Amino acid sequence: MTDIPPEPTGPPHPVETSGLSKRYGDLVAVDSLDLTVRAGEVYGFLGPNGAGKTSTLRMLLGLVRPTAGTVRLFGRPPGAPGQLDQVGALIEGPACYPYLSGRDNLRVLARYAGTPSIRIRTVLELVDLADRAGDRYASYSLGMKQRLGVAAALLKDPRLLILDEPTNGLDPAGMADMRALIRRLASAGCTVLLSSHLLGEVQQVCDRVGVVSRGRLVTESTVADLRGTASLRVLVEPLGAAEERARALLGPDRVRVVDGGLDLAVDPDQAARVNTAFVEAGLAVRELRPRERDLEQVFFELTGGTDAAGAQRSEEVGHGVPATY
Amino acid sequence: MAFRRLTDVLAAELVKLVRRPANWLLLAVALVLSLTFTYLVPYAGYLDGTDPAGGGTGNVPPTGPGSGGVAEAAGDGLAALLPAELVGNSIGGLPIFLGAIMLILGVLTVGGEYGWGTWKTLFTQGPSRLAGYAGKLGTLAVATLGTVLAIFVSGAAASGLVAGVEGQPVHWPSPAELAVGVGAGWLVAMMWASFGALLAVLLRGVALPVGLGLVWLLAVQNLLASLAAPLLDWVAQVQKGLPGPNAGSLVAALGAGPGTPGVEQVVGGGQAALTVAGYLVGFALLAGALLRRRDIL
Repeated sequence: MTDIPPEPTGPPHPVETSGLSKRYGDLVAVDSLDLTVRAGEVYGFLGPNGAGKTSTLRMLLGLVRPTAGTVRLFGRPPGAPGQLDQVGALIEGPACYPYLSGRDNLRVLARYAGTPSIRIRTVLELVDLADRAGDRYASYSLGMKQRLGVAAALLKDPRLLILDEPTNGLDPAGMADMRALIRRLASAGCTVLLSSHLLGEVQQVCDRVGVVSRGRLVTESTVADLRGTASLRVLVEPLGAAEERARALLGPDRVRVVDGGLDLAVDPDQAARVNTAFVEAGLAVRELRPRERDLEQVFFELTGGTDAAGAQRSEEVGHGVPATY
Repeated sequence: MAFRRLTDVLAAELVKLVRRPANWLLLAVALVLSLTFTYLVPYAGYLDGTDPAGGGTGNVPPTGPGSGGVAEAAGDGLAALLPAELVGNSIGGLPIFLGAIMLILGVLTVGGEYGWGTWKTLFTQGPSRLAGYAGKLGTLAVATLGTVLAIFVSGAAASGLVAGVEGQPVHWPSPAELAVGVGAGWLVAMMWASFGALLAVLLRGVALPVGLGLVWLLAVQNLLASLAAPLLDWVAQVQKGLPGPNAGSLVAALGAGPGTPGVEQVVGGGQAALTVAGYLVGFALLAGALLRRRDIL
C-alpha cells in the first residue's frame, strides 16, 4: 500500500487565478494570468494603460467572463452564492447616481450589499466625506467622487478590498490620506489588491507587486526584490585600469562601464573594500556611492514602454527578479 | 436569505425610482397628455359647438390618447367624457402615446445603469445579476401600476368635474370593471416598459434605445396599421401577432374608443391579453438572459 502525502490544507487565498485569459475578438486583453494574493498583504497590480489590469479585476469580480482559466476569491468562483460578501471593490473609477446625494448613494448600495445603514457614517468618516455627504453626487469634484467610490467599497467591511487606481483625481493630500487608509486597513487584517500605474504609490504601500504587460504577468515579487540588490556607482580614474581591477576583485559579471563610471553589482556594504582596493592600486576615486534602482526603472525594464522591442524584452525577462547584469 | 436579498434590492431600486426627477417628469407628462386629449380638448370642442353631440357642425378629431376618438365614435361627445366611460378613457392611450412614455421609463430605469456605469457598482456589492434585474422589473411594475392608477384617478376627477358642471348623472364603472381596466392597463404599460428595458440591455445605453423604441412605437406601428395592412393581406395577418395591435385590441375590448390612435380590435380581448402577457414575459426573460450572459464593461 502506497502512502499518499496529504494535500496541503489551509484557508484559501483571497485571490487566486489560474491560466486566466480574456479575448475581445482578436485582442488578447489578459493572457494566461496566474495570480495569487495572500491574506493580509497589500498587493500592487502594476502595468501601463491597456496592460489588462482592469480586465483582470473585472474577471475577479464576475463582471466579465474569462475566455479561459479560473478565478477564485476566498476559494469561491464568480457567481457562487456569497462570493462577494467579503469583497469590496472600486473598479475603473467611481460610478454613482448623479441625482442622489453621496449619503443616499451609499444607502442604495448598502441595501444592495445587505449592510446595515449604520455603517454608512463610518465609511463616510473613513474617507473624510462626512461634511459633504448630503450634497448631490453631481456636484462633487472628481476627488470627492473617488472618495465616495472608496467609501462604497468599504461598506461591507470587506476582508478583501480591490481598488483600481484609487488615487485618481485626488490632490496630494488626498493621495497621502488614501495611502494611509490603505495601510490602516491592511494593518487591521484587510487584504488589498491595488491596481495602479503610479509607481510611487505602489512602492509606498505594497508588500508585493505583480507587473502585467500586454495581458501577461511579467513578474511577481516583493517591492524590495523587484528593485533588486543595490549596486555601487564609482567614478574613478583611469577608468580602464579601474575596470580591470574591479573585474579581478569582484568577477567579470559584476562590473559594467556606464556613462564614464563603473556600476558594480555588489552590496553597498562592500564599498570600503572596493575603495581600499582601488586606492591600493593607485587609482583616484572621485566618487563612490550606493545606488538603488527605483520601481519606475524596473517597471520600464519589464514593460518595455510601448515599443515592440520592449515587449520582446518583457517576454524574455519572464518571471522572477529581472537580470540586469 | 435570497428572498431578503431580493427585497433589499427592490427597496434600493424603489429609492432610485422615487428620487429620480426624470421619473416624476414622465408621470407629469403622462397625466397632462391623458387629461388634455381625453377630457380637455374634447370638452372644449363640445363647448365650442364643434362636436356633433353638442349641436355643432364639425368633428372632434381623434387626436389623443383617450376619448377624443370615443367622442367621435360614440357620436356623443359629452357622454364619452362622463364617469361611465372612465375605464376606456383611462387606458385608451396606452397602445401608443402613454405606451411610449412607459417605454421611455423602462429604458431610463435599466439603461441609466449603462449610461452612468453603475451596473459594476451594484453588482460588486454582492447580489446576482438576476437579483438586480428582478429588482428593476419589480420597480417597473410598481411604477407602471402607479402611473395607471394616477391616470384613473385623474380621469375620475376630470370626468366627475365634467358631470358636475354639466349636471349629468354620475354612473361609475363597477369595482370589477375598474379592476379589470386597471389590470389591463397595467399589463399593457408593463409590456411597453419591459420592451424599453430589453432595448436598454440590448443596446447598452439610453439614447439609442429610446430613439429606436419610439420609432417603432410611434411610426412603424402606425405605418403598418394604416398603410401596409390595408394593402397587403399578409401584413394584416402579421399585425395580429404584434404587440401594438394586441394592446390596441385589449383596450378596445374594454371600451377605449376605436378612433383613438392605436386602438382597433383586430383580435379578441382574451387573445390580446394573452399575447400582450406573452410579450411581457418574453421581453423580460430575454433581457434577463442577456444581462446575465454579457460582460459588464
